[in-house]
Amino acid sequence: MEEATIVTRNLTKRYGDFVAVDNLTLEIGRGEVFGLLGPNGAGKSTTILMLMGMTEPSSGCVRVCGLDPVRQPIDVKRRVGYLPEDVGFYDDLSGLDNLIYTACLNGLSEKEAHSRALHLMKRVGLAEETTKKAGKYSRGMRQRLGLADVLLRYPEVIILDEPTLGLDPSGTRDFLRLIVTLSREEGITVLFSSHHLHQVQQVCDRVGIFVKGRLLAQGDITSLANQLFPNSTSDEGREYGLEDIYHHFFEGGSGNENHAATK
Amino acid sequence: MKITLLQNRFLNAAYWDELLRRLIPMLKRELTTFRSSGAVPGVFRSMVLKEMSDHIRSWRVVILIAIILLTCVGSLYTALSGISDAVKPGSVDEEFFFLKLFTLSDGSLPPYFVFIGFLGPLLGISLGFDAINTEQNRGTLSRLLAQPIPRDYVINTKFTAALWVISLLFFFLSFLVIGAGLVVLGIPPTPSEFMRIISFTLLSIVYVALWLNLSLYFSVRFRQPATSALSGIAVWLFFTVFYPLIANVLINAVAPSPFASRRSIYLFERFQFLIMQLMPNELFSQATSTLLMPTVRSLGPLTMEQMDGALPGPLPLGQSLLLVWPQLTGLIGLTLICFILSYLAFMRREIRSR
Repeated sequence: MEEATIVTRNLTKRYGDFVAVDNLTLEIGRGEVFGLLGPNGAGKSTTILMLMGMTEPSSGCVRVCGLDPVRQPIDVKRRVGYLPEDVGFYDDLSGLDNLIYTACLNGLSEKEAHSRALHLMKRVGLAEETTKKAGKYSRGMRQRLGLADVLLRYPEVIILDEPTLGLDPSGTRDFLRLIVTLSREEGITVLFSSHHLHQVQQVCDRVGIFVKGRLLAQGDITSLANQLFPNSTSDEGREYGLEDIYHHFFEGGSGNENHAATK
Repeated sequence: MKITLLQNRFLNAAYWDELLRRLIPMLKRELTTFRSSGAVPGVFRSMVLKEMSDHIRSWRVVILIAIILLTCVGSLYTALSGISDAVKPGSVDEEFFFLKLFTLSDGSLPPYFVFIGFLGPLLGISLGFDAINTEQNRGTLSRLLAQPIPRDYVINTKFTAALWVISLLFFFLSFLVIGAGLVVLGIPPTPSEFMRIISFTLLSIVYVALWLNLSLYFSVRFRQPATSALSGIAVWLFFTVFYPLIANVLINAVAPSPFASRRSIYLFERFQFLIMQLMPNELFSQATSTLLMPTVRSLGPLTMEQMDGALPGPLPLGQSLLLVWPQLTGLIGLTLICFILSYLAFMRREIRSR
């Protein structure tokens, strides 16, 4: 098996006495869609910042595409697209101009930047909004523009921090579908953080459950469910599995009762 | 014995040869890794261009530039209308006729260089106070940092773009004054006058860059643009209004009686000079007035012995520059300190989204 795209070993980040990320060991393979699931303040964003080389780990090591983000942040950023939580754009530039500017920062020539930006805006469904000022974009449009922005540099990996926050259900569905399609078609590894289990369940190959800086469990949903609730059948596991797992961790193992209640 | 051995080693050509042979590949290697881990060439330029276009299109800068332009034209007008009375034939001033355009005033409007000393800080503050924090509040900073560019490009381009805007503006204004003078007076400036005007322009750019860097620091330090603008303006007001008051109180408190010894009077004068020089605007006004008025021969207190045998007359440009060298160094030093502070504060900060 080829080497995993994202590897972390005993990764720890401390802010004074507070441990934001505690001994995280994680491997994400090429072309995988990995969901980082956890409540707010669990350390998901901090982990992502460390993967991008935007903050230094207190201890442990990270490899992204075989590179060390602490030593070679620029090379990592060339390969990895990062969509921050609640992304912003230059309000007085049009959506297209925003993308062209990003493309220039990535070293594309002006002509190439223009055609690539147009292509990607079509791809994410913003073909009619190219000349509209980014300040007038709706939340969902901004997220899609953010995705196009990330794709400009032909990334090997894209990291999305709470990408569906504040989107309506249909917008969320479309957005997630877009991510999965992209990942499948172009073999892009996707790491995506969320606190909505349904979304994670819909799109991710594998899930890591993250609470208070610790990775409590990882694996695909069925196997996680089987691990935790060996009595439940695999069919039920697929149906309610993640919810049960979530409750198991966040509400102190009350998952089975909830499960019974929903029945 | 030891010393001679050491000397021998340094004098030995083979030693240097060997050293260079080892050093050069190492440097080359460092340079290539540095390059390969750097951004694509041309990125810096396109970032600066974008920042500049942001500045030029923003209302705030347009308004400030309009104010500066108006004051420049106003003081130019008063200077031009009063210039025929100001210069008497045969006086020393006649030689530096052209510089009068920058310094002359009939009392209704202050001269051009005083205006720049007053409005320059405002221009600098307005160009820098929201450089970093607005970018963060809009959520564009974390996106920008996720691009394959070195982190310091963000702050360096902010500074460079603003500096370009300032430089273009000031050179434009200076050439406007020179051009208007040429048209109205029909007398071209002498080379030395021209060089004085150019050094004055460069000095103004440094002075505004100082305030720019200060407000850049506040923009890194404070999350709200309003806070950062107010702190910049507070520092500016402190130095233009309150610091002279405080300095006066201090100076009056330690003033010796008229019958004190000469030495204590001299020391007092020096103290007074020193205290006033802590103000950046005082440094600027001393430096500019010396540059624009060649008859200014000294800035600090002088003793009678130093005055003895001096012939009243204008200084050549080199001597004027030498006279204001401390002021110049002080201004450039302050500018650098402010930039280093904002650079460090920015580089050490962890940037999260919004």
